[in-house]
Amino acid sequence: MADAVAQRTDTPPPAAVQLARTTRTAIRVDCILDLIGNTPLVRLGTIDRDCPAVEIWAKCEFANPGGSVKDRAAKRIITDALARGDLDNGVRLVDSTSGNTGIAYSLVGAALGLPISLVMPSNVSNPRKQVTAGFGTEIIFSDPMEGSDGAIVIARELAEANPDKYYYPNQYANDSNWRAHYDGTGPEILAQTNGRVTHFVTGIGTSGTIMGTARFLHDHDPSIQCIGVQPDDAMHGLEGLKHIPSSLVPPIYDESVLDDTIWMSTEVGWDMAERIASDEGLFVGHSAGGNVAAALHVARGLVEQGKRGVVVTVLCDRGDRYFAPLTWEKHYVW
Amino acid sequence: MATVRIPTPLRKYTQGAEEVQINAGTVRELIENLETAHPGIRERICDDKGAVRRFVNVFVGEEDIRFLDNLDTAVKDSDEVSIVPAIAGGTTTTS
Ligand SMILES: Cc1ncc(COP(=O)(O)O)c(C=O)c1O
Repeated sequence: MADAVAQRTDTPPPAAVQLARTTRTAIRVDCILDLIGNTPLVRLGTIDRDCPAVEIWAKCEFANPGGSVKDRAAKRIITDALARGDLDNGVRLVDSTSGNTGIAYSLVGAALGLPISLVMPSNVSNPRKQVTAGFGTEIIFSDPMEGSDGAIVIARELAEANPDKYYYPNQYANDSNWRAHYDGTGPEILAQTNGRVTHFVTGIGTSGTIMGTARFLHDHDPSIQCIGVQPDDAMHGLEGLKHIPSSLVPPIYDESVLDDTIWMSTEVGWDMAERIASDEGLFVGHSAGGNVAAALHVARGLVEQGKRGVVVTVLCDRGDRYFAPLTWEKHYVW
Repeated sequence: MATVRIPTPLRKYTQGAEEVQINAGTVRELIENLETAHPGIRERICDDKGAVRRFVNVFVGEEDIRFLDNLDTAVKDSDEVSIVPAIAGGTTTTS
């Protein structure tokens, strides 16, 4: 590894690197759900270049078939609900979602032949609505001014009023959510770093990713530092992340599991998302930008203390989920 | 007075009010007068240079001010002005 670092800074990539890439064996599966998880881990070798002795690595969660980290939670939530019989007799799964979870539920539902209904604020972008509808999902709109918390309230009310028609898995309170990461993301990171991981840094939405991964890594070695990332203010633009002090606190969130929290500004996260694209060739979403900015902050702290480290973070989804509208598309439906 | 719709994360500045009435001829004036009435709110909407933060969308009626005259967009008494963060599934400018 040290050799690779030394080589990389002064010589172009050797042909052997390209050869290794092209001959990597592609896997074959019987069902799309088997492609969820086991995501690649990629070195952010340009971004960590000014941090000698510290490596930053990122989990490519955009490589899941639904395009985000939420495929893991959705698959586990649905398979656990099926095993308990919660989805028997045509019961529809209804949940609130800021987008990625909706796509993930829709994909898993379509693959398993299960009906899905989603509550989302009506100001979600048209592509988001279309992609979930394309899987056959029913969409119910909530007030855009109430944000994701407004969608949660409506999903809950629907399921309470019609318990024989709807099953409400509530990703914010469902242990299957973090268990997907305890059994998946955590062990994968440990294996992919050959046990060298020293820090895990990721943003908190439902907190499933950080809770499950941190619990697993701490069970393996309590000295691995697990750090949550939250927007620095209630008014933010790091989509997918929650400012917990001003939100409904997810019941699965347990602050005591974390070693620290980093408060991230939207501008810093957005700028880093752009830099990851231009400097690493990875076009990722804003929460991924926030995660990498936080990982770099941790890496710089280690450098200041003269310490070594292997910092792992998460690229939650791809940037093309967040395209700005073109001028001629400027009419919005509220 | 124009009606200003306040998103949930900013209602701590408006004592929980979802809508407030503000006198203004332009969006710039509206944000200034909003700050006078509800100190602290401007910093959440605008950056140090006074521009609307990249992740905040301001609508006059149905139109995003970025596609009108930005802070110079005219505001009439009958207008409804909405301040919408680009979160919760992505509003217009982010997704
Ligand atoms: C883009 C994005 N980033 C980050 C997260 C946070 O993940 P988690 O819900 O596991 O905390 C989510 C999902 O909520 C997301 O959609």
